[in-house]
Amino acid sequence: MITKKDLEHMAWLSRLELSGEDTEKYTPKLNSVLDYFGELDKVDTEGVEPTYHVLQLSNVFRDDEPSQPTKPLSQEEALSNAPRKQDGFFKAPRMM
Amino acid sequence: MATINELRERIHAESSEEIVHEYLEKIAESKLNAFITVSGESALARARKIDSEGHEGPLAGIPIAIKDNISTKGIRTTCASKILTGYIPPYDAHVIERLKEAGAIIIGKANMDEFAMGTSTETSFYGATKNPWDIERVPGGSSGGSAAAVAGDDVPLALGSDTGGSVRCPASFCGVVGLKPTYGVISRYGLIAYANSLEQIGPFATSVRDVATLFDVIAGYDARDSTSVKRDVNYSSAMKNDVRGLKIGVPEEYFGEGTDEKVEKAVRDAIHKLEDLGASLKDVKMPHTKYALASYYIIAMSEASSNLARFDGMRYGLRVEDSDWHTTFSQVRAAGFGDEVKRRILLGTYALSAGYHDKYYLKALKVRTLIKQDFERAFKNVDVLITPTMPYPAFRLGEKIGDPLSLYLADVDTVPINLAGVPSISVPCGFSEGLPIGMQIIGKHFDEATILRTAYTFEENTDFHIKQPEGV
Repeated sequence: MITKKDLEHMAWLSRLELSGEDTEKYTPKLNSVLDYFGELDKVDTEGVEPTYHVLQLSNVFRDDEPSQPTKPLSQEEALSNAPRKQDGFFKAPRMM
Repeated sequence: MATINELRERIHAESSEEIVHEYLEKIAESKLNAFITVSGESALARARKIDSEGHEGPLAGIPIAIKDNISTKGIRTTCASKILTGYIPPYDAHVIERLKEAGAIIIGKANMDEFAMGTSTETSFYGATKNPWDIERVPGGSSGGSAAAVAGDDVPLALGSDTGGSVRCPASFCGVVGLKPTYGVISRYGLIAYANSLEQIGPFATSVRDVATLFDVIAGYDARDSTSVKRDVNYSSAMKNDVRGLKIGVPEEYFGEGTDEKVEKAVRDAIHKLEDLGASLKDVKMPHTKYALASYYIIAMSEASSNLARFDGMRYGLRVEDSDWHTTFSQVRAAGFGDEVKRRILLGTYALSAGYHDKYYLKALKVRTLIKQDFERAFKNVDVLITPTMPYPAFRLGEKIGDPLSLYLADVDTVPINLAGVPSISVPCGFSEGLPIGMQIIGKHFDEATILRTAYTFEENTDFHIKQPEGV
């Protein structure tokens, strides 16, 4: 069961500002989904390994060269979509 | 509606420019809202270039729609979200590079559920797409714009992406062919990620042959996606009208409670048609099917909560008035994401958080193993599995959007396939009160050739794929 306090904590962890109205609106809907997730408690998974990934791939290596496998963006291209920039940098909000 | 071969002949006799111009006019008059962006000028310029210089590629001069979560250099890419307002990718996705090499012409970016999170294309910031068979109904989702555009003949081909059914669901609801390939067959480089361990890009067309041709163009190894697999296959060569000796598994778990009677009948009739054509049927047991939906949503939401952390308005997209660091990012995300995306980020964060990680996320991954084993066991005895794609035909706009859980339940027959990473195709197999029904043909890992051959044989011996919505 997710309480309003839990939801506020999740919102902080995910950097998502929620209004009081959002919290009211989301809490019952999220709880109905969470109830449904509880179905999995019925499955016996004793000794079962988790599947993070369906293919048996591990450690895919490549040569450590800047041109491989793709050409990096130029500074101009990298900054082309930035809403705020200054002197060739992304402009971040102040820390405090 | 025209096939790739018919269009190639017309391009040869007339010009690509004329074809592209015709489709642009259809898109302009369309009531479907299938597109977020129409790239008319660049499409016509490219068509003229192909007309004047010639092009030997298999899709030379043929227009295609691209789901708007696939990066297109110089064409805005929104993921149907307000948070990507103004974003113009500085590079092409791997599949776009492949399409350009093959001579295809990007005619526009197709509408979708915001960040591909949905089953109805109603969560798009740019408004819902409508189903060409009944404009009061949803086209399915999340690649609803791609499927509706093909079904409504706004475009002959389209690409979508499929995380839990997002190609097959709209293919089924709109009466077109849609393929979700084996995980790893198509590079995801340039696909804006929602749930990396589940998703694949997939082709849409009005025939199995055209899906195979498009698939041949976009499949293949790419070092920029570390999950890309090295394999060389020619899928067009699988176009054989022959299912003699094919062993079909029919898992009863997919015909359970909630499956519409007409859908069940159409799919069972289709299976018997294949039996008449020389295939044999086997019952298979897939006992963990009923747990796939919960496992899928926990994994997808968990991966989403991590993937979508990158959207903060600093390097691209929406930005609000700056205050301090955390407040600015929290406000950008509050203003930029829609309700469904927020709910999934919040629940995904919950499922991964200290104290709940083992109960939800780890448990879901263990259940995923059991579901994968269901498929491995079934495929020891059969070549393909056949099920309904969706438990019912297209529902009404607004019917389910207020109740997320009821919308999630619609994905019950498609999500197990993504959990197991196997390939699956949806093909039209009937109608219920004028609305298309889709049959899902599922194959072994990397055995797209067999599901394409099965689908092709069914298509060659039936005419469900020929019927078009009125006004098209």
